[in-house]
Amino acid sequence: MAKIPVRMGDGYLVEMTESEIMKDVEDGVQDAVTKAKVPPLTEDEMKHLCEIYSRREKFVGIEPGKEVVISHDEGTAKLTAGPSGGAGAALDIGRTTALLIYERLFASDTAELAHLDYSFKPLKPILGDEQVAAEEALLAVTIPVFYGCMPNLGLYTAPDGPFNNPIDFITEGKLQEARAAAEQMVEAGYKDMVYIAGGMTEAGVDCINFDTVGAAGDYDFVAALRAVETLKQKYPQARVEMGMAGEFVLGIHGGLTYAGERVAGMYPLRQLKVMEKAGVDIFGPVVRIVTRKSCAWNQARNLTMLKPVCQEATIPIHVEIAMGVGAVPLCTVPPVDAVSRATKSAIEILPSMDGI
Amino acid sequence: MAITHAIAGGMGGIRAAGDLVARMQLSRHMRINQAKEYVANKLHVSVKDLCDPVIMGQVRDELKLGLIEQKPGRTRGMEAKFHIAEVLGIEINSVNKFKAKAGLSAI
Repeated sequence: MAKIPVRMGDGYLVEMTESEIMKDVEDGVQDAVTKAKVPPLTEDEMKHLCEIYSRREKFVGIEPGKEVVISHDEGTAKLTAGPSGGAGAALDIGRTTALLIYERLFASDTAELAHLDYSFKPLKPILGDEQVAAEEALLAVTIPVFYGCMPNLGLYTAPDGPFNNPIDFITEGKLQEARAAAEQMVEAGYKDMVYIAGGMTEAGVDCINFDTVGAAGDYDFVAALRAVETLKQKYPQARVEMGMAGEFVLGIHGGLTYAGERVAGMYPLRQLKVMEKAGVDIFGPVVRIVTRKSCAWNQARNLTMLKPVCQEATIPIHVEIAMGVGAVPLCTVPPVDAVSRATKSAIEILPSMDGI
Repeated sequence: MAITHAIAGGMGGIRAAGDLVARMQLSRHMRINQAKEYVANKLHVSVKDLCDPVIMGQVRDELKLGLIEQKPGRTRGMEAKFHIAEVLGIEINSVNKFKAKAGLSAI
């Protein structure tokens, strides 16, 4: 049987037969069903996914009429930052120019202003500078301008921050101390997020993008949800996109709740419900790649977990399809063949997917 | 990767109507089909025309919504967003801020 080139989750090409690709699709679906306790994709959906990943073209696309909105994480930092900005292009250009590149050259529907140090905590001393940058950019840019930032509550732990690391306490068996440290960081992170996001909303940005929410665990997620709730109360004109760090919220604290729901252990469907209650306007669900599996396996798992999210959402869903998530390989320059297959299959299989 | 997404499945930004549909998602929580129908109605085009850069180029030029190609006298940036807010019937944060700071409104 003829072999087909297929990307693995680490970015390297292997060759598989069509039946091997189909087996990977079935296994990926089953993994999602087991872990997230969601229904499987239908037979037709699995066959369609297999057909997409069995194609030999370098680039695949959708039919006209099925297009979705594109939003971004890290935005301008991808152009202006170097290695500290995450595989950035290190172009010596201003951020307004970077936004205009997204608008006029990349045909993007939205663009994101971001600082090189892409977390809320480091921005506290320089909020004014970010506000001026936004005000300048908003005069020139036509497409919606988001301001992106990560809660990244890990920055609040010593030596970078003032609090003890809950993980250190857990390894010592001091669970009460771990929980207390996490609760302190929720308060600190929440205040900082409201301050920064409120300031950028005052500057006029169209949306605040809370990126990689939950990266530090359940306390990171709760701090962000509370921040959104307060932000919307203080600034009715504020809009929020919230993108997760992973498909699963890690229970570092284990007992933190939001709106009566324990957040530890939440998969995307339950994440959606608490986000809708908090007032999030666009949800970016994430399913992380498994690098030792093929992109076909990963996309089958991804779409199975996210199909009920797209079906039940009352807010737009912008599925995260980026480096290391959404069946895009974990490599600094994601291959076009993998990205286009992930984009096409997500749009054609997920019901009413609103964006990427 | 941004370019790959845009070409594989994006709406085309200001080449077409992608930014307008995005604004309806943000301002009114519209899901994709609802947002496309809303924008198409407001622009008096069909939904399938929304991603056609030839048709949308003419529409955007006529309604002063901003285009890729820069020419003297064409609206861009804040000027275009004033028209976008009016045509779509939505509030745009930066437009309202501009009006307030320029003394164009009582906000």
